[in-house]
Amino acid sequence: MTDRFARALGWTSLVLGTAQVAAPRAVTRLCGVDDAPGATTVARLVGGRELLHAALLLGTKNPAQWAWTRVAGDTMDLGILGRAAANRTGTRRARALAALGAVAGIAALDAACARRGTAKAKGPLQVRACITINKPREEVYRFWRDLENLPSFMIHLDSVRTLDQRRSHWKAKGPVVKLEWEAEIIDERAGDLIAWRSVPGTGISTAGLVSFTDGPGGRGTVVDVSLEYGAPGRKLAAAVARMFGEHPEQQVRDDLRRFKQVMETGEVVRSEGSPEGHRALRQLRQRPAQPIGGRA
Amino acid sequence: MKANVWTGRNHLEIQDVPDPRILNARDAIVRVTSTAICGSDLHLVDGYIPTVKKGDVLGHEFMGEVVEVGPGVRNLRAGDRVVVPFPIACGACFACEAELYSLCENSNPNAGMAEKLMGHSPAGIFGYSHMLGGFPGGQAEYVRVPFADVGPIKIEDDLPDEKVLFLSDIFPTGFMGAEMCDIKPGQTIAIWGAGPVGQFAAASAFLLGADRVIVIDRFSYRLRRVQRTGAEVLNYEEVNVLDALRDMTGGRGPDACIDAVGMEAHHPTPVMYAYDRTKQAARLETERPYVLREAIMACRNGGVVSVIGVYGGFVDKFPMGTVMNRSLTIRTGQCHVQRYTGPLLDRIRAGEIDPSFVISHRMPLSEAPRAFELFKNKQDECNKVVLTP
Repeated sequence: MTDRFARALGWTSLVLGTAQVAAPRAVTRLCGVDDAPGATTVARLVGGRELLHAALLLGTKNPAQWAWTRVAGDTMDLGILGRAAANRTGTRRARALAALGAVAGIAALDAACARRGTAKAKGPLQVRACITINKPREEVYRFWRDLENLPSFMIHLDSVRTLDQRRSHWKAKGPVVKLEWEAEIIDERAGDLIAWRSVPGTGISTAGLVSFTDGPGGRGTVVDVSLEYGAPGRKLAAAVARMFGEHPEQQVRDDLRRFKQVMETGEVVRSEGSPEGHRALRQLRQRPAQPIGGRA
Repeated sequence: MKANVWTGRNHLEIQDVPDPRILNARDAIVRVTSTAICGSDLHLVDGYIPTVKKGDVLGHEFMGEVVEVGPGVRNLRAGDRVVVPFPIACGACFACEAELYSLCENSNPNAGMAEKLMGHSPAGIFGYSHMLGGFPGGQAEYVRVPFADVGPIKIEDDLPDEKVLFLSDIFPTGFMGAEMCDIKPGQTIAIWGAGPVGQFAAASAFLLGADRVIVIDRFSYRLRRVQRTGAEVLNYEEVNVLDALRDMTGGRGPDACIDAVGMEAHHPTPVMYAYDRTKQAARLETERPYVLREAIMACRNGGVVSVIGVYGGFVDKFPMGTVMNRSLTIRTGQCHVQRYTGPLLDRIRAGEIDPSFVISHRMPLSEAPRAFELFKNKQDECNKVVLTP
């Protein structure tokens, strides 16, 4: 909806910009400023600016945020037209005032669109990823269910300690702060799924569900993970993700790749370019593909 | 140790780098006794394969002696002589079980990078960009070989290095190119590219029962070499290839066509060459796909186009209309080397083929940068260089 609104504004810019570039005199007459020296040049420049708005609003993936450029343009136009109206009398003044009113109306629409486009997403942050592992479902489930195994493939975790059948204590590493929280299993069906959430008031608000199903044609096990970061957790999760330079979804996907490697090959696969194994940040800043040196 | 290191587009240097060490339990360290320069290394050196980084050690064709194994490797020990396939494969995933080793789902730690460009990730490859793993290559004194219990094939008799080295890549690659043609007795196979892979494809096509093999190139010394396999040759700078192939096959076209050239092809018409060359230099397309286009146009109705030349990204002006309307089958892939090493070693032992026929130059590893120049610029009738550390 917001996108269609933004695209409509883009088309308006395109029509207006084309008119101003192609027929600047008609536009200046309409606004009552055709008496000013250099008015056609200004009209042409403003037209060029309109075409830029059009390009941004019609050519980008999330156009609504670019409506802010139109808001800036409107402010400029209001200034020009305001001065023009103040310095004129008669028909010219009436025309300038009419144009001023029209621009003010458009500015309100632009601002509404831009605000919708840049509004912060509400509600919890949700992430989902899945992978197929060439091992029987029971074996894959059992490895995950022993939560103390998780840090072997979730590299952001320092440790997970099980407290009892349901509760566990989690420690994550960050370059700046250490995070600790307690989690409890809220639903569990042996071999099928595990659902958990953080215990309220223990530092982070997160919930997750991992399900295990037989792969198509009985080939391996499909592991499907959904994670949710709630209101306090959301900010934290975003902050952690920023510290590691990784998108939360990429993080989960990389975790699952490492999980697959651990299940199928026994450990996380390392290369000299990516000594830690799959990791989005390392993919941006690779070591050269030459031996690391030193002793293990 | 000494290694051949990429230091920038068209720049290579022999540098001192640290010795490799075991990183995973199923690793082995191999002391390289022979290594070769592959035509596909040239795409890396030219900078046409994305995600090559300054400091990368190149090379994916090598063999040597095992000097150390990780605790997870039980079938090899120090002193074993091995040839190492260029794709790294775990042997346990869905792809490996289907013998699609170059698509191993576990061996590329940078799978996320490859997914962005290709949709899904193929296997890791030695010395072949970070998108394909960031593994150091074999143009060095020592190499760490991951999943050493799966890939390397032991050479237990006295066959010299030169007869078995090419099991690492180009012999299986040429063989797979011919195998994908599904050759029946009496058939004619056309091969674009008379380089070492094209030469192996020609030899393999005969091994698999082809009646005639026609090889297309412009370097007469390479055409002369491939004639030794029994192939007929066409120089595309002297004849119109499509007309000639039609005339040689009773107007029908070859039963199958093999593209053993890939992304940096040439075209005899300067304007046509300039068109794609300019777009490639401006990175508007990553390939110069003349061979692929011509192979598709030449192939007989219902035939197979087998692509073993390397492509990296995107192709323009792809004649999909002729593929569809004439029921062509396109088959392609990085070679699943592990599938072929055993059977092809048997053929070498049985004397059916001596792969050393492709070698033109033998040089020390320390002269690798000069060897690349010779190979790239086709100087001194350079066909295949074997380097010894």
